[in-house]
Amino acid sequence: MSEQLNFEVPTMAEMIAKGEEPEILFWVGCAGSYDERAQKTTRDICKILHHVGMKYAVLGTEESCTGDPAKRAGNEFLFQMQAMTNIEVLNAYNIKKIVTGCPHCFNTIKNEYPGLGGSYEVIHHTQLIQQLIDEGKLKAEGGESFKGKKITYHDPCYLGRGNGVYEAPRKALEVLDAQLVEMKRCKSNGLCCGAGGAQMFKEPEKGNKDINIERIEEALETQPNIIAAGCPFCMTMISDGVKLKDQDKNVQVLDIAEITARANGL
Amino acid sequence: MVAQIIFIAITLAAIALFSYNIKKVIRNIQLGKSADRSDQPQKRFMTMLKVALGQTKMFFRPIPAFLHLIVYLGFVIINIEVLEILIDGIFGSHRIFSGVGFIYDFLIGSFEILALGVWVGCAVFLIRRNILKLKRFSGVEMTKWPRSDANYILISEILLMTAFLLMNAADAKLQVLGSQHYTNAGAFPVSQHLQNLLPNSEAALVAIERGCWWFHIIGILIFLNYLPYSKHFHILFAFPNTYFSNLEPKGEFTNMKSVTNEVKAMLDSSFTPEEAEPGRFGAKDVNDLTWVNLMNAYTCTECGRCTSVCPANITGKLLSPRKIMMDTRDRMEEVGKNIDKTGNGFDDGKSLIDNYISREEIWACTSCNACTEACPINIDPLAIITELRRYAVMEESQSPASINAMLGNIENNGAPWKYSPADRFNWAKES
Repeated sequence: MSEQLNFEVPTMAEMIAKGEEPEILFWVGCAGSYDERAQKTTRDICKILHHVGMKYAVLGTEESCTGDPAKRAGNEFLFQMQAMTNIEVLNAYNIKKIVTGCPHCFNTIKNEYPGLGGSYEVIHHTQLIQQLIDEGKLKAEGGESFKGKKITYHDPCYLGRGNGVYEAPRKALEVLDAQLVEMKRCKSNGLCCGAGGAQMFKEPEKGNKDINIERIEEALETQPNIIAAGCPFCMTMISDGVKLKDQDKNVQVLDIAEITARANGL
Repeated sequence: MVAQIIFIAITLAAIALFSYNIKKVIRNIQLGKSADRSDQPQKRFMTMLKVALGQTKMFFRPIPAFLHLIVYLGFVIINIEVLEILIDGIFGSHRIFSGVGFIYDFLIGSFEILALGVWVGCAVFLIRRNILKLKRFSGVEMTKWPRSDANYILISEILLMTAFLLMNAADAKLQVLGSQHYTNAGAFPVSQHLQNLLPNSEAALVAIERGCWWFHIIGILIFLNYLPYSKHFHILFAFPNTYFSNLEPKGEFTNMKSVTNEVKAMLDSSFTPEEAEPGRFGAKDVNDLTWVNLMNAYTCTECGRCTSVCPANITGKLLSPRKIMMDTRDRMEEVGKNIDKTGNGFDDGKSLIDNYISREEIWACTSCNACTEACPINIDPLAIITELRRYAVMEESQSPASINAMLGNIENNGAPWKYSPADRFNWAKES
């Protein structure tokens, strides 16, 4: 299970040069591209795509921020500039289907791009994993066993409440034969990690607690071995919380893609 | 005859006053910008049936939901009785519907049981607010008036139900005495237990029966006219508010058309923009918001479910989604009063942002949609927060320094952090 990829990740530019078309475009996102922790998830999503033999491509350096944090912060100009530039690239490549590694990119491209001329079928990587499991293309074998491990899943706001995706990530965990435990506040009542709405990029306002601490305390109440995430920002907030609570030796924070890759020995 | 004339005069006056106030409320809502919510009428109608009439979103908290349902059903159904009161009042008849026989008995009997339900429900609500002091009913925005408002409503309903039951008890006693006018009609499963509390003299009983009758109907007319000043407006506004609520995924924020025009013109010099509504970007004051935002504000019944699930509020920040709605209503009423006094175009030098809602509040929001999910009647505080942020960022360039830095990074590097776009694909090459 090396960190390194033992295969090339195809870019759209290369595909087109070869006269080929991918089945799906993997939209990596800024966190997935630059954040060290999220890069691991990015590589694991590629490993899964490679493993099932799906024809995919990434934009590579042609990708740019979807504009999500600008939009949530109130800068509609910057958002639409980013959106229109990205849509131009996506449409030029005749993209039909996109999988994203981040619920924020997922929400923005799926819901906010169509009104600006960019209509695609957009899924989040946990939905892709669920589909692959349902189709029998992906199992949980040949890798690390999660049997009996206690896993609690934290709903990202822009996947859950934002777009009603509650089941796909849970289905992806169900195949592990692990023990899934829910936090008190889950699904439509899930508590935010504290990063949304551009909070990721600023210090929190004055209060008596940080939101991620409130969340991590609730997660730790379930006495999990693993806290599963589906969003690079939640990943940062929750990992920080676990560290602050001195629990990083006992509790792992893993993205669903990482768990899936590990279970399949990828 | 005199009684009939007084009755008609009071009723007409109450209806006239109510219409006058409703017109002002509608005028205030129309201060907002346009928003198209005319799509998918069928889905909208079903949403209204489910959420407003069916109260489905209440049931995430079963105890208040159950009590609320009883109070609601009781209050609405007992108002069928008001129809009879109105007819009796106008024509000087007594229990005009009693001719329908056993159905009448069934109706009056059911009303009594519901009235008892309303009475008990309101009493429990009063206890929850004033004795148990549930956390949800406190907060910076829950000042003296909103707290009193809630208590006035509950006490009024208790008084109205008491009058209704006492009226029936006196009526039933008069029926037994064979008093003139008091025909044998109705079943009194609840009020029969009150009969012993009443005197036996016919004159006193008539006085009680008439007194309660007048109290009941005048009380309801006063209550009607209290609505426009009260959080209780939700009994009417819940319906249009859910009908016109947002049907798109909660994660989706509106794309601003005015901005699209400018961005398109920037990217393509030959582009000619479509007509867009003039005005500033985002919202500084209530008239920059849409009519849906403003209707939301009138609809809010200040239950605090939004605030109790808000991650910012839970962790001690200033932000409270309920306060956003209450401030919007207060400011709208203030602007409305200014217009009444001095006509359109008057500037009192105040605005929704800063005078009502602080910057600290709007920047504490994580846009997690917990508030919109929790609202039992689909109010959207996040939409208002977003508009205020848009104003702060696009009109004033006033955002926290770190947000400015993030925006600068996106603009220059295509990522919210300071990394080179040339390094964007490095994740595939190294580890």
